[in-house]
Amino acid sequence: MGVGGRLRTGVWQAAFFSLVALVLTWLIGNALHNLAARGIQTGFGFLTREAGFELAESLIDYTGGDSYARAFVAGLANTVAVSAVGIVLATGLGTLLGVTRLSSNWLASTLAGAYVEVMRNVPLLLQLLVWYGVFTELLPPVQDAFAWGDWAFLSQRGLRLAWFSAQAPGMIEKPVLEGFDFLGGKLLSPEFLALVVGLSTYTAAFVAEVVRGGLLSVRVSQLDAARSLGLTPLQCLRHVRLPLALRAIVAPLTSQFLNLTKNSSLAVAIGYPDLVSVANTTMNQTGQAIEAVSILMAVYLSISLALSLMMNLYERRVRAMQAW
Amino acid sequence: MVSAARWVRGRLFATPLDSVITIALVSLVLWCTPAVLRWVALNAVWGSQPASACDAVRGHGACWAVVWAKLRFMVFAMYPVEEQWRAALAIGLQSAVIAVAAWPRLRTGRGALIASGLTAASVWLLAGGLGLSLVSSEQWGGLAVTLLLAIVGMAFAFPVGVALALARRSAWPLLRAFATVYIETLRGVPLITVLFTASVLFALFVPEDMRISQLLRAQIAIVLFVAAYLAEAVRGGLQTVERGQFLAAQALGLSDAQAMRDVILPQALRHAVPAIVNSFISLIKDTSLVVIISIFDFAYAVKKAVETDAQWKPYFVEAFLFSIAVYWVYCFAVSRIGLSVERHLSRADASGP
Repeated sequence: MGVGGRLRTGVWQAAFFSLVALVLTWLIGNALHNLAARGIQTGFGFLTREAGFELAESLIDYTGGDSYARAFVAGLANTVAVSAVGIVLATGLGTLLGVTRLSSNWLASTLAGAYVEVMRNVPLLLQLLVWYGVFTELLPPVQDAFAWGDWAFLSQRGLRLAWFSAQAPGMIEKPVLEGFDFLGGKLLSPEFLALVVGLSTYTAAFVAEVVRGGLLSVRVSQLDAARSLGLTPLQCLRHVRLPLALRAIVAPLTSQFLNLTKNSSLAVAIGYPDLVSVANTTMNQTGQAIEAVSILMAVYLSISLALSLMMNLYERRVRAMQAW
Repeated sequence: MVSAARWVRGRLFATPLDSVITIALVSLVLWCTPAVLRWVALNAVWGSQPASACDAVRGHGACWAVVWAKLRFMVFAMYPVEEQWRAALAIGLQSAVIAVAAWPRLRTGRGALIASGLTAASVWLLAGGLGLSLVSSEQWGGLAVTLLLAIVGMAFAFPVGVALALARRSAWPLLRAFATVYIETLRGVPLITVLFTASVLFALFVPEDMRISQLLRAQIAIVLFVAAYLAEAVRGGLQTVERGQFLAAQALGLSDAQAMRDVILPQALRHAVPAIVNSFISLIKDTSLVVIISIFDFAYAVKKAVETDAQWKPYFVEAFLFSIAVYWVYCFAVSRIGLSVERHLSRADASGP
């Protein structure tokens, strides 16, 4: 490309970006005008104001008198809690399903296949609504809770577990039924349970496909070599196939973890106070929509970037170990 | 061909562990099936019966009567009753659009034209004008809205996605940066935040007299969101096309644009079909999220149908199961059609050297 060509390219680029700049200026101009007309202050100053709304549950201490900033942190903690538990459960169930799909037992592989085909083709929102309905309407009332010894009680109010006591650190406190509810222990609300179960069963179907794809990508020669060394199918799976498959699994698996974290935002539909739910309430109360949405996007983008970075580091380590 | 006995022995009872698994699974299935069959079919209440008939079998029989009672609202939501035949026809046309890809003869430009025509016709049926009375988009609802959001979303997102994928590989640094930032941002945030942005911020960013309906805002948000995912799908496809193809096109005297249009893109799109089909299936499922901004899609209509009626409220499970079945049918159909398109296209590849 000669000088003339480069000049032409430069002119085209300049034209394109002038257009983009013009559109942006128009948009921002409108925004400032409209905000001024409604008397809304831009800027993140509102974060220090008192929030004035309660959260149904929170991992960190939070009350209505705390600031909006603290409300956001509480919402984030809830999102992280639900996502972390969901990721662990989804990975476990998904790996089991993926391995079962490749089983030589026709019944096992067909049943696993049916699970994947059903769960993948149904909207997550509907699955969550069904699980929420199950956990709030179809479970017994507190007095007739399902009990596992005296360690765990499952009822309409949620799952109450024996937990570390707040008063006597180091001691485990068992829940005791007093009047209309349990005292002591830790309560996992029906919203939390529905969200965790819904997210993990849904994502497990996708994890199963990722694991299956990874296992199928292992070269047959490796498996033949393992068999000729006398390893049983189970030993071959554990020591040869899974480690080699891990390389093909890591990237799409991280992508599924990310999807699960993003899907946790559906919590707003069943009343679990996650980050999006808090942002929604804040937007409605203060009108600071731009700031709230920017916070939301910044948080989710950071989580995406962090997970992608971890995955890149792992891949680099794995590639360094590769002999071929 | 293997005899039945040998197949059973090989696939179900090959090893002792295998036999144990088979027996365990068979017993599980045999144990569950009678109870499930009784609830779903034998003791269930079918047809247009009153809620009291359902109350009688509550607990041991499904109440499918709730579907009969609420079907009109679930499928059409708030659409005016006299014009609902238009919405029904629109749903038929939209389903036909999806089915177009199932005919090998129609997997061409002509098929795309037919699909566009059917989509335009379905929008006309819903909106009115030209001989039909006008129905404002605020009243559209139910299955027609779900399919509309999905199909129109995909139709508009596709060219935007291809443009973004090409922009991401462009030699212009600013364009490349813009495309990369756009794609990574929209893929890194949940669809709900994009919907919020569109619904709440739209009013802020345009002059006061420009008013856009909630439905159109949701549609734009969905198009922008899906375009980012399609861009990645097309980018993956572009990466599988060897550089040699481009060099050969250049050697034949084709310009960059012609080479891209006639040689590279067709091959890239062929490789990108599985990812594109997955995107479409995700899109059909994601349309259910517009409930967050109070748009009456099919999922919201089902939810409202049982929530607001006290006598049918206990039977929400049956209503949700019905909606799940409808979504499943559409998504499964799309995935099967996608597989057949994939197979068809890979045969075209295999015939080459």
